[in-house]
Amino acid sequence: MAAILFYILSAVALGATLICVTRRNPVHAVIYLVHAFFALAMIFYLFGAPLVAAWEVIIYAGAIMVLFMFIIMMLELAPDQTTEGPGWKRWLPVLLLSGTLVVCTLLLMFADAETASGVPRYYASPRTFGYALFKEYALAVEIVSFQLLFAAVGAFYVGRREKRKPRRAP
Amino acid sequence: MMPDWIITAILVAIKLGFVLALLLTGAAYLVLAERKLLGRMQLRYGPNRVGPFGLMQPLADAVKLLMKEDFIPAQGDKVLFFIAPGIAAVTALITFAVIPFGPPLRLFGREMPLVVCDLNIGLLYFLGLSSLAVYGIALGGWASNSKYALLGSIRALAQLISYELSMGLSIVPVVLMARSFSLTEIVNAQTHIPFALLNPPAFLVFLISVLAESKRTPFDIPEAENEIVAGFHTEYSGMRFGMFFVGEYINVIILSSMVTVLFLGGWHGPLLPGIVWFFGKVMLIAFLFIWTRGTLPRFRYDQLMHFGWKVLVPIALLNVVVTGAILLLLQG
Repeated sequence: MAAILFYILSAVALGATLICVTRRNPVHAVIYLVHAFFALAMIFYLFGAPLVAAWEVIIYAGAIMVLFMFIIMMLELAPDQTTEGPGWKRWLPVLLLSGTLVVCTLLLMFADAETASGVPRYYASPRTFGYALFKEYALAVEIVSFQLLFAAVGAFYVGRREKRKPRRAP
Repeated sequence: MMPDWIITAILVAIKLGFVLALLLTGAAYLVLAERKLLGRMQLRYGPNRVGPFGLMQPLADAVKLLMKEDFIPAQGDKVLFFIAPGIAAVTALITFAVIPFGPPLRLFGREMPLVVCDLNIGLLYFLGLSSLAVYGIALGGWASNSKYALLGSIRALAQLISYELSMGLSIVPVVLMARSFSLTEIVNAQTHIPFALLNPPAFLVFLISVLAESKRTPFDIPEAENEIVAGFHTEYSGMRFGMFFVGEYINVIILSSMVTVLFLGGWHGPLLPGIVWFFGKVMLIAFLFIWTRGTLPRFRYDQLMHFGWKVLVPIALLNVVVTGAILLLLQG
């Protein structure tokens, strides 16, 4: 049961990513990528890591993709919408993907309600997860966070503005 | 004798139906309450013609919205335009699943917690859904293929991301103090003293972020009607507009409930039954929402961003550090 779900979810994730990179319209690409993230989150849940699943949705689908969308809209990267064929046909993949995700969610829920049929019962509570992250792997976490800090400082430096008359923020 | 799981299923179904009906009627009557209160604040009566004291007004509004012409802009992205209001309303509705609205009830000789689903990461579920709710607004405004709607969407995206951050950070001290992500346990940690008194800075930051999150005055920049017509829902009409509208008011209820659960001690209170306390506190916060709308003018866009990033986020960060330090000291 768990193995089947895993393969279905992986197929959804891969398929959604594949469609994502072949889209012309960046907003549509973002929507497919969000589907891929949902599938990934469910795979994490399947492995008994609900916390990681939640972070996946909050950070990737909720924050990073929203930022992407902000940039796309801000720069008006999306082409003028010229309708290419009937809408429903174009959106069939997304309906299929989200449909599969919903069915998988239901299966996952009932697999939990029944005596876990094949779903591995290793289960990481937020507390164990936190201990693992900040005790066992504290050094690695710190190094990665410093790298992020460097990246942020670097981006700030590259994107700095030459000194001109003070401008009001947008 | 009925098998055990049938009783469980029936109880769950009753609970779901109750919550759904409560949320939808609650949202409808919140609209009426807002119109009445705003009316009083502006020295007029507000709607009072439909039914006694205007109590049937929500019904009349719903009928009106359903009868209106449903219009899709010619060059818009039809499917996204069609789906976006649904995303807005559904994400708002299912957030309530993790909110505990009363102490556990004894029914048919079994304990029934008054929460649809007591997740051990309930708080993260709330954060995740509230960040997903942005998609409804962003996609709706983009799919309308209109300048004003697009501007509204861009503003909403920027605003929600900024305020999500301070909201999340202001919840961290609560998690530290309650030592749990589960909302039920957070409420139980406040049996004696609500967190609003223990940690007022977090409470204030959360309250302000919640106001911004609900896109209401003074933070209603995504739909500022005297600048960009109606923002992201400029092109929407009829029940599609209604979905955005209902979504917004359900959101007000849910955010008020979150304030109650996280900072005001949920259903805990003397004398009265827990459920009364809970809904009383929720209504108090909802009244606060309406009151600010009747009182404060709208922020300018840059003021809003400055306030979020340069005032709220630093305060929230500092508060996390201070709360953590105090808790460590108390632990010894």
